[in-house]
Amino acid sequence: MSDFEPKIVAFVCNWCTYAGADLTGTSRIKYSPNVKIIRFPCTGRIDFMLLLKAFANGADGIIVSGCHPNDCHYTSGNFHAKRRWIMFRELMDFMGIDMNRVTFSWVSAAEGAKWAEVVNATSVRIKELGPYVSYRELVNKPVEEEVRNE
Amino acid sequence: MEKNLKLIRKDSLEKLYNHLSGQYKIYAPVRTSAQKVEYRYNPDFAEVTFDHVRSTLSVKNLVFPKVENLLFYSNTKAETTFAGIDTNKFQDVVLWGAHPCDTAAFNTLKSIFCWDINDGLFSKRLEKLVVIGLGCKTCDEFCFCTSVGLAPDSLKGSDILLSSVKNDNYRAEIVTEKGNKIAASCPELFEKYSGEEVIVAEVKQKFSHDLVTKKLASAFDHPFWVENSLRCLGCGACAYVCPTCACFDIQDETKGKNGRRYRSWDSCGFGLFTIHTSGHNPRSVQSQRWRQRIMHKFSYMPERNKSLGCVGCGRCSSGCPVDMNISEQLEVLQRI
Amino acid sequence: MNNLVERARELLENKTISVIVGYEAGPTGIARPVFITDPSKADILICDERCVQNLAVYLTKPEVRKLGKTGIVATLPVMRSIMMLISEQQITADDVVVLGISSDRKLLDIPDITVMQGFIEKSDLGNPQKDKELLAELNKLSPDEKFAWWQKELSNCIKCYACRQSCPMCYCTRCAVEVNQPQWIPVQSNTHGNMEWHILRAMHLAGRCISCGECGRACPVGIPCHLLTMHLTDQTHRYFNVHAGTSDKMKSVLSVYEPGDKENFII
Repeated sequence: MSDFEPKIVAFVCNWCTYAGADLTGTSRIKYSPNVKIIRFPCTGRIDFMLLLKAFANGADGIIVSGCHPNDCHYTSGNFHAKRRWIMFRELMDFMGIDMNRVTFSWVSAAEGAKWAEVVNATSVRIKELGPYVSYRELVNKPVEEEVRNE
Repeated sequence: MEKNLKLIRKDSLEKLYNHLSGQYKIYAPVRTSAQKVEYRYNPDFAEVTFDHVRSTLSVKNLVFPKVENLLFYSNTKAETTFAGIDTNKFQDVVLWGAHPCDTAAFNTLKSIFCWDINDGLFSKRLEKLVVIGLGCKTCDEFCFCTSVGLAPDSLKGSDILLSSVKNDNYRAEIVTEKGNKIAASCPELFEKYSGEEVIVAEVKQKFSHDLVTKKLASAFDHPFWVENSLRCLGCGACAYVCPTCACFDIQDETKGKNGRRYRSWDSCGFGLFTIHTSGHNPRSVQSQRWRQRIMHKFSYMPERNKSLGCVGCGRCSSGCPVDMNISEQLEVLQRI
Repeated sequence: MNNLVERARELLENKTISVIVGYEAGPTGIARPVFITDPSKADILICDERCVQNLAVYLTKPEVRKLGKTGIVATLPVMRSIMMLISEQQITADDVVVLGISSDRKLLDIPDITVMQGFIEKSDLGNPQKDKELLAELNKLSPDEKFAWWQKELSNCIKCYACRQSCPMCYCTRCAVEVNQPQWIPVQSNTHGNMEWHILRAMHLAGRCISCGECGRACPVGIPCHLLTMHLTDQTHRYFNVHAGTSDKMKSVLSVYEPGDKENFII
């Protein structure tokens, strides 16, 4: 395997997964350093466009994680998020955008060990998949006007 | 002035194409589906088609691209640096086989982009463009070039105009110095023309643009606009496919410390086209926007730019999802 | 056909409605929307196989609304759109009189929304057959092939927004693309931005699309963007057992949830 170090962006909710990730740290559990965590109040706040923007800006993999069903700090945000992800994944599959690069998880504030597992498993999977070259090529594709001047 | 007419035989046409595409970028029509013909850069001659009445999009992309960078900027703590566009890098392009409506549109666009101040980007692109026009053998119910002072064999905007004659040969009329240079670079392909009859489509005149312009001068408040625009959806399809529409939006896109400013196609048909920062929208209703479209092309432009804003190609009408047929509307208008 | 004309004339004459939105044949033979306020002009109304545009898009246009109570010639997709607009509180049942048209182009008796609902529920609510076939064809491709296919199609998009403007459910007075804080979608047309636009539109229509196919038909460059929204219509039914536009009380699927919603991908 090459020394490809994937860039993984994690969109996590403040009350569960972020706290859980904190616990991973305070428990001194080592996990893959490839992840950049972005904190949201709730998974219900995570716009699907953000995932596309992550890929467009160089992410090779994405983690989306929040509170377990019935444990949402805002009662139902994660239920709305779940429905959104169901539809979004179907659309992405239909368009050939690689959902194997996206991990969805419920990680509670007490699940420090689970967070490490989620990140490590994602990191291994993305390493195998390699960098998301096809998406990057799409983003960098020159417009026709530029082609004309090559 | 004496016409410079030559004959290009069927097999010479392919040789001419290959000769030109060896030296220049060529923008030629290609059939992409049963219903669509599109212009593409550098197709093989075998893919090129001359059997279209109109392509889906116009060829204004060559001089007014759908997105065009204007400048680049970079921010540091101390200052912001700018980089412009080096127009000397613009390459020569040969437009192969554009119908007279599309070629005349270059003149119309020039009357807008070089009206009072010369638009450097547009001008350089036009300077680097050689237009090989293609006279029309056929037309359809959407064509109305003869109503706007043009014709299926008009020379306007062409450097060389090809017209069909029998046996799949072409008469080439060399119109400009640019055209002359092309012919001089491969004179063996431009043979003597012996008066072979040219096949020209018959495009029925549907209205008189002079009369329309005259009527429009006093039609601003006429109920015609409301009555005839209710079905308009307010999309940008007509403006974007139109060879003479030139409205654009300017946007800045920044990423980190660097950014670029570009212009891209815009349409006066969009609901928010005229919205002000205050929130006021002088054209908040579709009838006002439809009126603007017609009046701009047939009243304001003739008055100010001394050129009609329409070449009668019919793309707006054939592309419109709700059949806002401009020539039909103008026929009605000239009777009000 | 005569029934439609008679009914339209009658409704206009007794001032039940102020305007009829229907179809007429233009001079080139193309069927297009028409707005009739004068009962004597009702005979220009047609309703044959050329009449496919979704007229419900006009029900949220202020120019049409201010004409008053509207009679609308409504095939099944139009009826479903009307139902959706009522359920999303963009119009009320009192704003419209529905001149229902059956699949064999006969005038239906639709005195109120409840009867319309009954008719909708008895109808075939799946995607149109030819689009079903196109979707099936596309779904056979590998992910890489799909990605390449959509890139090729969407590279042609010129961002004219004909798809959005022709859709009855795209009634936002300021669309997400017309907002620049944040600028989700670039204003210019480039393949990546075009893809983001169509994804955004499909997601904003998820659970709300009634598969009229108008977006794909309206596209001047022939992109089958309706396949994206229709694909999600299929998924809406598959996962949530719901068809859009079947009830005026329905909440769209992404606005609500069931704790028991099933998924198999969240670890």
